[in-house]
Amino acid sequence: MIINLINMNGYGIYVFSAFIFTLINFAGLYFIVRAQLKKEQQKFAKEFSKLDEQKVFEANKQNINKEILLSGTFSKI
Amino acid sequence: MDFFSQSRIFSLINKYQKFILIFFLLVLSVGLIEALFLSPQDYLQGDSVRIMYVHVPSAWISLGIFSLIAFLSILVFIFKNRNLIIIAKSFAPSGFVFTLIALVTGSIWGKPTWGTWWAWDARITTMLILGLFYLMYLLAWRIFEDRNSVVKITSLISIIGAINIPIIKFSVDWWNTLHQPSSIKILSDSSIHEAMLLPLIIMTAAFALFSLLIFLMKYNTELIKIKRKGLNRL
Repeated sequence: MIINLINMNGYGIYVFSAFIFTLINFAGLYFIVRAQLKKEQQKFAKEFSKLDEQKVFEANKQNINKEILLSGTFSKI
Repeated sequence: MDFFSQSRIFSLINKYQKFILIFFLLVLSVGLIEALFLSPQDYLQGDSVRIMYVHVPSAWISLGIFSLIAFLSILVFIFKNRNLIIIAKSFAPSGFVFTLIALVTGSIWGKPTWGTWWAWDARITTMLILGLFYLMYLLAWRIFEDRNSVVKITSLISIIGAINIPIIKFSVDWWNTLHQPSSIKILSDSSIHEAMLLPLIIMTAAFALFSLLIFLMKYNTELIKIKRKGLNRL
Protein backbone atom coordinates (compact mmCIF):
# COMPACT_ATOMS: atom_id res chain seq x y z
CA MET A 1 0.00 0.00 0.00
CA ILE A 2 2.81 2.41 0.92
CA ILE A 3 4.65 1.52 -2.30
CA ASN A 4 1.48 2.24 -4.30
CA LEU A 5 1.13 5.55 -2.48
CA ILE A 6 4.69 6.52 -3.36
CA ASN A 7 4.58 5.10 -6.88
CA MET A 8 1.37 7.01 -7.78
CA ASN A 9 0.73 4.81 -10.84
CA GLY A 10 4.16 5.62 -12.23
CA TYR A 11 3.89 9.39 -11.70
CA GLY A 12 5.51 9.34 -8.23
CA ILE A 13 8.98 10.15 -9.57
CA TYR A 14 7.64 13.33 -11.23
CA VAL A 15 5.37 14.36 -8.37
CA PHE A 16 7.92 13.87 -5.59
CA SER A 17 10.78 15.46 -7.54
CA ALA A 18 8.61 18.58 -8.08
CA PHE A 19 7.72 18.78 -4.37
CA ILE A 20 11.29 18.04 -3.21
CA PHE A 21 12.68 20.69 -5.58
CA THR A 22 10.22 23.22 -4.13
CA LEU A 23 11.06 22.39 -0.52
CA ILE A 24 14.83 22.47 -1.16
CA ASN A 25 14.46 25.91 -2.71
CA PHE A 26 12.42 27.11 0.28
CA ALA A 27 15.00 25.81 2.75
CA GLY A 28 17.89 27.22 0.70
CA LEU A 29 16.37 30.69 0.41
CA TYR A 30 15.38 30.76 4.08
CA PHE A 31 18.85 29.82 5.33
CA ILE A 32 20.63 32.20 2.93
CA VAL A 33 18.45 35.14 3.98
CA ARG A 34 18.80 34.21 7.66
CA ALA A 35 22.59 34.04 7.32
CA GLN A 36 22.63 37.47 5.63
CA LEU A 37 20.53 38.92 8.45
CA LYS A 38 22.76 37.41 11.11
CA LYS A 39 25.89 38.68 9.32
CA GLU A 40 24.50 42.23 9.15
CA GLN A 41 23.57 42.12 12.85
CA GLN A 42 27.11 41.04 13.71
CA LYS A 43 28.68 43.75 11.51
CA PHE A 44 26.42 46.35 13.15
CA ALA A 45 27.31 45.18 16.68
CA LYS A 46 31.02 45.20 15.79
CA GLU A 47 30.92 48.75 14.42
CA PHE A 48 28.79 49.92 17.34
CA SER A 49 31.35 48.57 19.82
CA LYS A 50 34.07 50.69 18.12
CA LEU A 51 32.22 53.96 18.74
CA ASP A 52 33.48 56.34 21.42
CA GLU A 53 31.28 57.40 24.32
CA GLN A 54 30.00 60.58 22.65
CA LYS A 55 29.01 58.70 19.47
CA VAL A 56 27.33 55.92 21.48
CA PHE A 57 25.27 58.64 23.17
CA GLU A 58 24.31 60.05 19.74
CA ALA A 59 23.56 56.59 18.31
CA ASN A 60 21.36 55.68 21.27
CA LYS A 61 19.13 58.66 20.51
CA GLN A 62 17.75 56.54 17.66
CA ASN A 63 15.69 53.71 19.13
CA ILE A 64 16.23 51.50 16.09
CA ASN A 65 19.94 51.18 16.91
CA LYS A 66 19.06 49.72 20.32
CA GLU A 67 16.53 47.39 18.67
CA ILE A 68 19.16 46.10 16.25
CA LEU A 69 21.60 45.40 19.07
CA LEU A 70 18.90 43.57 21.00
CA SER A 71 17.72 41.64 17.95
CA GLY A 72 20.69 39.25 18.07
CA THR A 73 18.32 36.80 19.75
CA PHE A 74 16.50 36.34 16.40
CA SER A 75 19.22 34.02 15.14
CA LYS A 76 17.97 31.35 17.53
CA ILE A 77 14.84 30.59 15.49
CA MET B 1 3.03 58.63 13.15
CA ASP B 2 5.17 56.91 15.80
CA PHE B 3 3.41 53.67 14.85
CA PHE B 4 5.22 53.74 11.50
CA SER B 5 8.64 54.65 12.90
CA GLN B 6 11.53 52.45 11.73
CA SER B 7 12.31 51.23 15.24
CA ARG B 8 8.70 50.16 15.78
CA ILE B 9 8.53 48.37 12.41
CA PHE B 10 11.87 46.68 13.10
CA SER B 11 10.76 45.56 16.54
CA LEU B 12 7.38 44.28 15.25
CA ILE B 13 9.05 42.32 12.45
CA ASN B 14 11.48 40.75 14.90
CA LYS B 15 8.66 39.84 17.22
CA TYR B 16 6.35 38.26 14.63
CA GLN B 17 8.88 36.52 12.36
CA LYS B 18 8.92 33.45 14.57
CA PHE B 19 5.10 33.21 14.58
CA ILE B 20 4.94 33.58 10.80
CA LEU B 21 7.54 30.81 10.43
CA ILE B 22 5.56 28.47 12.71
CA PHE B 23 2.26 29.34 11.00
CA PHE B 24 3.86 28.78 7.58
CA LEU B 25 5.16 25.34 8.61
CA LEU B 26 1.70 24.37 9.92
CA VAL B 27 -0.15 25.51 6.78
CA LEU B 28 2.49 23.90 4.57
CA SER B 29 2.18 20.57 6.42
CA VAL B 30 -1.62 20.53 5.99
CA GLY B 31 -1.22 21.59 2.34
CA LEU B 32 1.32 18.83 1.63
CA ILE B 33 -0.92 16.12 3.13
CA GLU B 34 -3.92 17.40 1.14
CA ALA B 35 -1.95 17.81 -2.09
CA LEU B 36 -0.01 14.53 -1.99
CA PHE B 37 -2.44 12.10 -0.39
CA LEU B 38 -6.00 13.37 0.17
CA SER B 39 -6.85 15.15 -3.08
CA PRO B 40 -8.20 13.00 -5.94
CA GLN B 41 -6.46 12.07 -9.18
CA ASP B 42 -7.39 13.87 -12.37
CA TYR B 43 -9.44 11.81 -14.83
CA LEU B 44 -7.01 12.65 -17.66
CA GLN B 45 -3.67 13.45 -16.01
CA GLY B 46 -3.86 10.90 -13.18
CA ASP B 47 -1.58 11.58 -10.22
CA SER B 48 0.68 13.94 -12.19
CA VAL B 49 -1.95 16.63 -11.52
CA ARG B 50 -0.55 16.88 -7.97
CA ILE B 51 2.38 18.86 -9.40
CA MET B 52 -0.19 21.63 -9.96
CA TYR B 53 -0.26 22.22 -6.17
CA VAL B 54 3.28 23.58 -6.22
CA HIS B 55 3.43 24.82 -9.81
CA VAL B 56 0.33 27.06 -9.86
CA PRO B 57 0.82 28.85 -6.49
CA SER B 58 4.48 29.53 -7.40
CA ALA B 59 3.46 31.04 -10.73
CA TRP B 60 0.72 33.16 -9.11
CA ILE B 61 3.02 34.49 -6.40
CA SER B 62 5.91 35.21 -8.76
CA LEU B 63 3.54 37.24 -10.98
CA GLY B 64 2.03 38.99 -7.96
CA ILE B 65 5.41 39.93 -6.51
CA PHE B 66 6.72 41.29 -9.82
CA SER B 67 3.54 43.36 -10.29
CA LEU B 68 4.02 44.73 -6.76
CA ILE B 69 7.69 45.56 -7.41
CA ALA B 70 6.71 47.38 -10.64
CA PHE B 71 3.94 49.30 -8.83
CA LEU B 72 6.34 50.29 -6.02
CA SER B 73 8.91 51.35 -8.62
CA ILE B 74 6.40 53.69 -10.24
CA LEU B 75 5.71 55.16 -6.78
CA VAL B 76 9.47 55.53 -6.23
CA PHE B 77 9.70 57.66 -9.39
CA ILE B 78 6.79 59.82 -8.22
CA PHE B 79 7.42 60.17 -4.48
CA LYS B 80 11.19 59.43 -4.23
CA ASN B 81 10.48 57.46 -1.06
CA ARG B 82 13.47 55.48 0.23
CA ASN B 83 11.32 53.01 2.14
CA LEU B 84 9.47 51.92 -1.02
CA ILE B 85 12.80 51.07 -2.61
CA ILE B 86 13.72 48.83 0.35
CA ILE B 87 10.31 47.14 0.21
CA ALA B 88 10.60 46.45 -3.54
CA LYS B 89 14.16 45.17 -3.17
CA SER B 90 13.21 42.88 -0.26
CA PHE B 91 10.44 41.17 -2.25
CA ALA B 92 12.65 40.32 -5.25
CA PRO B 93 14.55 37.22 -3.95
CA SER B 94 11.40 35.26 -3.10
CA GLY B 95 9.80 36.34 -6.40
CA PHE B 96 12.78 34.99 -8.30
CA VAL B 97 12.74 31.69 -6.41
CA PHE B 98 9.00 31.26 -7.07
CA THR B 99 9.57 31.88 -10.81
CA LEU B 100 12.31 29.26 -10.79
CA ILE B 101 10.02 26.78 -9.00
CA ALA B 102 7.18 27.48 -11.47
CA LEU B 103 9.50 26.88 -14.45
CA VAL B 104 11.13 23.71 -13.10
CA THR B 105 7.94 22.10 -11.76
CA GLY B 106 6.20 23.02 -15.03
CA SER B 107 8.96 21.26 -16.89
CA ILE B 108 8.61 18.19 -14.64
CA TRP B 109 4.85 18.27 -15.28
CA GLY B 110 5.43 18.57 -19.03
CA LYS B 111 7.33 15.31 -19.33
CA PRO B 112 4.47 12.91 -18.38
CA THR B 113 1.74 15.22 -19.75
CA TRP B 114 3.14 16.42 -23.10
CA GLY B 115 6.04 14.00 -23.50
CA THR B 116 8.66 16.75 -23.36
CA TRP B 117 10.56 18.64 -20.65
CA TRP B 118 10.45 21.94 -22.53
CA ALA B 119 8.58 23.60 -25.38
CA TRP B 120 8.95 27.15 -26.70
CA ASP B 121 5.29 27.66 -25.94
CA ALA B 122 3.93 31.21 -25.37
CA ARG B 123 3.15 30.73 -21.64
CA ILE B 124 6.42 28.94 -20.83
CA THR B 125 8.57 31.38 -22.83
CA THR B 126 6.96 34.45 -21.25
CA MET B 127 7.50 32.91 -17.79
CA LEU B 128 11.16 32.41 -18.69
CA ILE B 129 11.34 36.09 -19.70
CA LEU B 130 9.87 36.99 -16.29
CA GLY B 131 12.63 34.94 -14.65
CA LEU B 132 15.23 36.86 -16.69
CA PHE B 133 13.74 40.19 -15.58
CA TYR B 134 13.94 39.06 -11.95
CA LEU B 135 17.56 38.06 -12.54
CA MET B 136 18.39 41.43 -14.14
CA TYR B 137 16.70 43.23 -11.23
CA LEU B 138 18.69 41.30 -8.61
CA LEU B 139 21.97 41.56 -10.53
CA ALA B 140 21.54 45.32 -11.00
CA TRP B 141 21.48 45.74 -7.20
CA ARG B 142 24.79 43.86 -7.01
CA ILE B 143 26.52 45.46 -10.03
CA PHE B 144 25.75 49.18 -9.68
CA GLU B 145 27.18 50.94 -6.66
CA ASP B 146 25.90 54.49 -7.12
CA ARG B 147 22.64 54.67 -5.15
CA ASN B 148 20.79 57.02 -7.52
CA SER B 149 21.76 55.00 -10.62
CA VAL B 150 20.80 51.66 -9.09
CA VAL B 151 17.38 52.94 -8.02
CA LYS B 152 16.68 54.29 -11.53
CA ILE B 153 17.95 51.15 -13.28
CA THR B 154 16.12 48.63 -11.07
CA SER B 155 12.90 50.69 -11.26
CA LEU B 156 13.15 50.78 -15.07
CA ILE B 157 13.80 47.02 -15.24
CA SER B 158 10.72 46.29 -13.16
CA ILE B 159 8.46 48.74 -15.06
CA ILE B 160 9.57 47.39 -18.48
CA GLY B 161 9.26 43.82 -17.17
CA ALA B 162 5.70 44.50 -16.01
CA ILE B 163 4.63 44.75 -19.69
CA ASN B 164 5.22 40.98 -19.76
CA ILE B 165 2.70 40.30 -16.95
CA PRO B 166 -0.54 40.65 -18.98
CA ILE B 167 1.16 38.78 -21.84
CA ILE B 168 1.80 35.84 -19.47
CA LYS B 169 -1.77 35.97 -18.20
CA PHE B 170 -3.45 36.05 -21.62
CA SER B 171 -0.88 34.02 -23.60
CA VAL B 172 -3.05 30.90 -23.32
CA ASP B 173 -6.02 32.79 -24.80
CA TRP B 174 -4.18 34.74 -27.50
CA TRP B 175 -2.17 31.87 -28.95
CA ASN B 176 -2.57 28.13 -29.44
CA THR B 177 -0.35 26.81 -26.68
CA LEU B 178 0.55 23.45 -25.21
CA HIS B 179 -0.16 24.97 -21.82
CA GLN B 180 -3.75 24.50 -20.70
CA PRO B 181 -6.02 27.56 -20.28
CA SER B 182 -6.85 28.89 -16.80
CA SER B 183 -9.08 26.60 -14.72
CA ILE B 184 -9.61 29.21 -12.02
CA LYS B 185 -11.38 32.45 -12.87
CA ILE B 186 -12.26 35.25 -10.52
CA LEU B 187 -15.08 36.77 -12.55
CA SER B 188 -16.73 33.57 -13.81
CA ASP B 189 -17.23 29.96 -12.72
CA SER B 190 -14.02 27.97 -12.22
CA SER B 191 -13.74 24.60 -13.94
CA ILE B 192 -11.73 23.05 -11.09
CA HIS B 193 -13.44 20.67 -8.64
CA GLU B 194 -13.68 21.75 -4.98
CA ALA B 195 -11.66 18.71 -3.89
CA MET B 196 -8.74 20.07 -5.92
CA LEU B 197 -9.41 23.73 -5.19
CA LEU B 198 -8.99 23.25 -1.42
CA PRO B 199 -5.36 21.97 -1.49
CA LEU B 200 -4.56 24.59 -4.10
CA ILE B 201 -5.81 27.36 -1.81
CA ILE B 202 -3.96 25.92 1.21
CA MET B 203 -0.70 25.64 -0.73
CA THR B 204 -1.14 29.18 -2.08
CA ALA B 205 -1.62 30.44 1.49
CA ALA B 206 1.53 28.57 2.61
CA PHE B 207 3.58 30.01 -0.28
CA ALA B 208 2.27 33.51 0.41
CA LEU B 209 3.30 33.15 4.08
CA PHE B 210 6.75 32.02 3.00
CA SER B 211 7.22 35.03 0.72
CA LEU B 212 6.05 37.28 3.58
CA LEU B 213 8.58 35.68 5.94
CA ILE B 214 11.45 36.11 3.47
CA PHE B 215 10.36 39.68 2.76
CA LEU B 216 10.40 40.59 6.47
CA MET B 217 13.83 39.06 7.01
CA LYS B 218 15.24 40.84 3.93
CA TYR B 219 13.61 44.11 4.96
CA ASN B 220 15.24 43.98 8.39
CA THR B 221 18.60 43.10 6.79
CA GLU B 222 18.32 46.20 4.56
CA LEU B 223 17.37 48.39 7.54
CA ILE B 224 20.42 47.20 9.50
CA LYS B 225 22.67 47.91 6.48
CA ILE B 226 21.37 51.49 6.30
CA LYS B 227 21.73 52.03 10.04
CA ARG B 228 25.28 50.60 9.99
CA LYS B 229 26.23 53.16 7.32
CA GLY B 230 24.61 55.79 9.55
CA LEU B 231 26.95 54.86 12.42
CA ASN B 232 29.94 55.77 10.26
CA ARG B 233 28.53 59.23 9.71
CA LEU B 234 28.03 60.07 13.40
